[in-house]
Amino acid sequence: MPRQLHVDAIRQAVAELLVEANYCIGDDVLDALRQAAEEEQSPLGRDILAQLVANYELARQERVPACQDTGLTIVFLAIGQDVHLVGGDLRQAVDAGVREGSKTGFLRNSVVGDPLLRRNTGDNGPAVLHIDIIPGDRVHVTVACKGFGSENKSRLAMLTPADGIEGVKRFVVETVERAGAQACPPVIVGVGIGGSFELAARLSKQAVIRPITQRHPRPDIRALEEELLEEINRLGIGPQGLGGIKTALAVNIEVYPTHIAGLPVAVNIGCHSNRHRDMWL
Amino acid sequence: MATELYVDPVLSLADIGRLKAGDQVLITGELLTARDAACGRLARALAAGEPLPVDLRGRIVYAVGPTPAKPGQVIGSAGPTTAARLRPYLKALLSAGMAGLMGKGDWPPEAAGVFQRHQGVYFVALGGAGALLAKAVTAVEVVAYDDLGPEAIHRLRVERFPAIVAIDAEGNDLHRRAREEWRKRLGGMEARRAEPDAGTPG
Ligand code: SF4
Repeated sequence: MPRQLHVDAIRQAVAELLVEANYCIGDDVLDALRQAAEEEQSPLGRDILAQLVANYELARQERVPACQDTGLTIVFLAIGQDVHLVGGDLRQAVDAGVREGSKTGFLRNSVVGDPLLRRNTGDNGPAVLHIDIIPGDRVHVTVACKGFGSENKSRLAMLTPADGIEGVKRFVVETVERAGAQACPPVIVGVGIGGSFELAARLSKQAVIRPITQRHPRPDIRALEEELLEEINRLGIGPQGLGGIKTALAVNIEVYPTHIAGLPVAVNIGCHSNRHRDMWL
Repeated sequence: MATELYVDPVLSLADIGRLKAGDQVLITGELLTARDAACGRLARALAAGEPLPVDLRGRIVYAVGPTPAKPGQVIGSAGPTTAARLRPYLKALLSAGMAGLMGKGDWPPEAAGVFQRHQGVYFVALGGAGALLAKAVTAVEVVAYDDLGPEAIHRLRVERFPAIVAIDAEGNDLHRRAREEWRKRLGGMEARRAEPDAGTPG
């Protein structure tokens, strides 16, 4: 017997997670910022990082959005194959959750209903929704708020097998270099390697919202994450692009099998305001 | 470290001359807000020779689109948006007398010369620190383009609002200088010297 779950539970979860994500930055990012504030060599950079820490503490305490760009809402649903969703349309429930959270959470309306006509939807809907089917009878809901100062700096390249790991490194570092000061460094770099054109992009998004304290389980990928972080932090961009050693807080990589002829690489730039929350239903 | 800067409501010529790239300031006085939509309208009005709804002479324009204020708040979170996106309007706004622009991020290399020619100053406020920066705002009032909602032109009273001079009236560019200096010091990879694009929202 499949477990029945009312879509209203998903609406509610999305609304709650959206507000929480905007008000309460994750401990992973806050701790990394605190540590960066100690380690940064540039005095101005240290000062900036300390102010960012103060900003996140204030936002948590007063329950206000940490950043005014409350973002485009990205929702990942991992739905157990033994769950039967009842009570209405799933997508509508997710979008209703976004609208509700935006309203009750006093979030900024940052979404236009059409990319070319560009009229504000006035309610932050709809979400960008990714759905996966997983084993079991539970539903995992992840809500990320993606500010576009950093999203706009993301890039994808269809490299060739000959470009190899060196080509991947070059592309990742170059993308952070180009992002420069405008992506609100220190950034979190999500990298998706492999799959197809669209999967690489999706992997990079999943990478950017992975806790930054969590390294990849594969030792070679983990080493690549660490090497790239070091390389990026030698670019000198620093906090807010005003110089220093803390250009990025982490590089998170996800990989997937790919075609014999290809090496897709996607880099999703996350600003320090890397807001996401998740829960099981 | 930071010095006080009074803008009441204009940035004086003496202050413009005194401010140097890298200076940290605490601004007290009055700012105007305008981001993409409002700056576009202002620039179009200027091009058409129409009068502006606000006098930009001597004023600091803050590129911000705040969140709605919660009950009891003066303003919602109010951090800067990317300034370089306003590049198409920069000359027009400076020609109309704007003395300072405040936002986040760097500019394409030629922008420093534009600020210099018009004796303007570019300030950066802390990107992503909207909750903290809102604390320095003591009053808000819409002054023009009401229909633009959060993008309307507002008058902000600020008290010790923290900012950094990123481009001064001599055309010194802090982002460029700091980045070169730190890259050399850290021996960073010579990635293709990419110029910042014309801005992204925040
Ligand atoms: S890039 Fe991120 S931290 Fe910066 S303004 Fe946008 S959402 Fe906020």
